Amino acid sequence: MEKHHINALKEIVGEENVLTSAEDLYCYSYDATPGHSHMPDAVVSPANTMETSQILKLANDNCIPVYTRGSGTNLSAGCVPTKGGIVLLMTRLNKILEVDLENLVAVAEPGVIVADLNKEIATLGLIYPPDPGTVATATLGGTVAENAGGLRGLKYGVSKHYIMGLEVVLANGDIMNTGGKNVKDVSGYDMTKLFTGSEGTLCVITKIITKLVPAPEAKKAMMAIFKDLDNAGKAVSAIIAAKIIPATLEIMDNATIRTVEDYAKVGLPLDAQAVLLIEVDGNPIVVEKEAEKVMEALKANHADFVQIAKDDAERDKLWAARRAALPALAKLRPTTYVEDATVPRNKVPDFLRAVSSIAKANNVTIGTFGHAGDGNMHPTIVCDIRQPEEMKRVYKAMDEMFSAAIELGGTLSGEHGIGLGKLPWMEQQHGPVTMNAMKSIKRALDPNLILNPGKLVGEC
Amino acid sequence: MTDKITAKDINEQDKTLLADLQDALANCMKCGNCMEVCPVYKEVGKEAAVARGKLSLMEGVLKGAIPLSAAFDTAMSKCVSCKACTAKCPCGVPADELILRGRQAAVKARGLHPIKKKVFALLKNRQLFDFSLRMAGIFGPLNFKKLPGKMASLARFPMPGMDYKRVTAPFASTPLRNQYPEVIKVDKPKMRVGFFTGCTINYMYTDVGQSVLNVLKENNIEVTMPSLQHCCGTPVYMSGDVDSAKILAKHNIEVFDEYNFDYIVSACGSCTEAFRIEFPHLFHDEPRMKEMTERLAKKTYEISEFLIDVVKIDKSKLGPVNTTVTLHDPCHMARGIKVTKQPREVLKSIPGLKFVEMKQPDRCCGSGGSFSLGNYELSRKINDKKIADIASTNADLVATSCGTCRMHLMDGLHQNKLDKNALHVIQLLDQSYQAGHKK
Ligand SMILES: Cc1cc2nc3c(=O)[nH]c(=O)nc-3n(C[C@H](O)[C@H](O)[C@H](O)COP(=O)(O)OP(=O)(O)OC[C@H]3O[C@@H](n4cnc5c(N)ncnc54)[C@H](O)[C@@H]3O)c2cc1C
Ligand code: SF4
Ligand code: SF4
Ligand code: SF4
Repeated sequence: MEKHHINALKEIVGEENVLTSAEDLYCYSYDATPGHSHMPDAVVSPANTMETSQILKLANDNCIPVYTRGSGTNLSAGCVPTKGGIVLLMTRLNKILEVDLENLVAVAEPGVIVADLNKEIATLGLIYPPDPGTVATATLGGTVAENAGGLRGLKYGVSKHYIMGLEVVLANGDIMNTGGKNVKDVSGYDMTKLFTGSEGTLCVITKIITKLVPAPEAKKAMMAIFKDLDNAGKAVSAIIAAKIIPATLEIMDNATIRTVEDYAKVGLPLDAQAVLLIEVDGNPIVVEKEAEKVMEALKANHADFVQIAKDDAERDKLWAARRAALPALAKLRPTTYVEDATVPRNKVPDFLRAVSSIAKANNVTIGTFGHAGDGNMHPTIVCDIRQPEEMKRVYKAMDEMFSAAIELGGTLSGEHGIGLGKLPWMEQQHGPVTMNAMKSIKRALDPNLILNPGKLVGEC
Repeated sequence: MTDKITAKDINEQDKTLLADLQDALANCMKCGNCMEVCPVYKEVGKEAAVARGKLSLMEGVLKGAIPLSAAFDTAMSKCVSCKACTAKCPCGVPADELILRGRQAAVKARGLHPIKKKVFALLKNRQLFDFSLRMAGIFGPLNFKKLPGKMASLARFPMPGMDYKRVTAPFASTPLRNQYPEVIKVDKPKMRVGFFTGCTINYMYTDVGQSVLNVLKENNIEVTMPSLQHCCGTPVYMSGDVDSAKILAKHNIEVFDEYNFDYIVSACGSCTEAFRIEFPHLFHDEPRMKEMTERLAKKTYEISEFLIDVVKIDKSKLGPVNTTVTLHDPCHMARGIKVTKQPREVLKSIPGLKFVEMKQPDRCCGSGGSFSLGNYELSRKINDKKIADIASTNADLVATSCGTCRMHLMDGLHQNKLDKNALHVIQLLDQSYQAGHKK
């Protein structure tokens, strides 16, 4: 980028909203993905849609790459400015514009922190369900662009199930609206869904219309410990077959159990092959009934230990183990890869077994936990990225892991997105025809390839 | 001064300062969880302000990707050392301490902030320090306009390093330790404690010191205030000037070790933390000092903690204090020495006192020791959030357990035109004992 481009950017957003010092640039060279870092030429934070549009027009006319950024917590190198250029920081657009109680929708800017939206609507008895592990820091824009999910995914789905409309700025600076407040809306291609999960490669999101849902009145949490992995798998299937869709249905494998126990001493048996944590929510009467049925399913499938939380304090205790999973694993070694391979839910035990044998074969440490109910697993690899020999084994293990997921009919990502991290396996999952179609969409909407170039669909 | 000092230059001077940080920094997984809690980031909104950014900058310097520049110093200085990031971090990265290490490197490279340099030079000379602060106490009334009814005053003339409008505590005309004999005797004492007054209580908030002495006397405890004690060195340490901090620490340790007290008490979370955590840390590789500091560390207590956990005060002697109180937890109480229950228990045992919790009692007030000296505007913004939280409780006054917090809260209450007082927890307990006598 040249000096006059920087000056032009300063004209648009004001001097103080363009960062160019080496120190500031270095601070925007990374996101939460290990092993990716590249310096941008400038960090620009617009105040509104108009400024965003002007920045994009300038970038497009001069073929300057643009990497849109929320809080930079993504795990797929989505914000890393691999080709330099502009990091477009959206955090100043942070207003909740409207909470429409009659239509149960909220309209918000992309820089709003997801938890802040939830705080705002909690008093109205409403929730916005997508809740990634980072809800307290991630932006609405970032979660929509990543199609983020979370613990409640099984019952409530991921971001795309709640996004009703968007205002976006296209690569050339044009401002475009999609969807709206209509509950039923089948007019034209579903551009809202296309942009949700587009990971900053097709547009910059500047306004978001979300669906809100009534907060569940009651919740009930249960835990079951299994010495046999297959029994845990059967229990999951039995719960679903009993026509119960818990809000959460989490699993931890043996490696995770041992690490958590070592770190948080929550009282899990070290020889357990799986721990299931289940939470049902909704109407109090229904919740009681469902909890009973879940307990029956757990016992019928030979759970070695079951417990149901009587009150909030007990619920917190049950959750402690799951909450400790990532921290406990992350503390083992300097580098932590939280992967996101997903399989059909009846294949969860097969996948867990595959991961554990891949870990053994390659001599790497992998603990798997995740959302058993929707098959979204987080095999978490801990290693030291500074050890080249170890990293060779790690990459090989990753390769085998993703292949295993795809072979089981799974997908590369249940919620974290593709970015750069999972790009190498995209073709394997989707095949050349789909990849080509995706690239055509990219080229049509962003002909100069300035938006997050090289990510998600690769080089075009 | 040149802008091109590299990690290599520093490491040539001091082989260990930055190099052994590498492993600690590698443990940061850049998850950004610290963004949620960092009060500085909430105001500044830039990555360089949050722990993740600061740790990355250190990494960058170590890798040689960026120089150890003035901008690096500035980034490191924008931290109130509130420890919120460390408490939040899923990977157990002690970010606040690592940032201090970054400051040390910066200080090594280019010296201290000029104002701090002056203040710290003064601090190191105990007699001169004592003399100047006493002079300030005597001539203080000329310089400060007293705010009616409160331990607060407004600087009339700009002081070096002080914002013109800023409310500070008046310097005492007679420092606490000059108001009393060194040993304050009681009949048949049940124990002997040494009182580490810290500089704030000795020179400014003598009212807190008086309350501590009254309360200990009520509990039949003999108190000694060693006359040669000096500032604990926390502000110096926090600014990255470790060598000076060690001088102050060593002095205090040697002074207190002479007396062989049953316990050492202080009425400030930071002072307690200094004795309990920082001193042993500073001397971890000097066997004689290490043994001494560890011995002292074990018997050091913050006053509320001491009264509740060790003394187990007799609550039947307490009389009514009819007021509504909310409590601010100083960072170094909440996350440093992890004492939050005891001050609440003290307040809740006072008859007539209505205790209301604010929403985020342990969120930093923005004072951050000497942080507010160099970053007053920023520290005010952080403080405004605290004041709003206090205001929303409708309490008559806010209690806390740290002098610098009290001062910063007073300033904030004044700037926000709230007619409320800020007191130390122990002052309310003292009032309650006095009311008890009148019963
Ligand atoms: C410890 C940890 C746990 C996590 N747990 C979960 C989880 O449970 N579920 C889950 O789904 N994710 C999880 N994540 C991943 C991450 O938090 C989510 O992807 C989150 O949505 C990212 O939000 P952000 O604001 O940080 O976005 P960023 O990281 O800043 O950006 C993410 C992507 O969106 C693009 N983008 C950002 N803003 C815009 C915009 N306004 N317009 C267009 N594109 C934009 C960026 O270019 C980038 O490609 C976790 C991450 C960590 C570190
Ligand atoms: S310091 Fe801790 S909380 Fe902050 S980014 Fe690093 S690992 Fe995450
Ligand atoms: S210690 Fe406090 S101010 Fe400093 S980086 Fe951590 S959270 Fe922010
Ligand atoms: S912590 Fe603060 S009040 Fe306590 S002695 Fe040190 S400087 Fe003085």
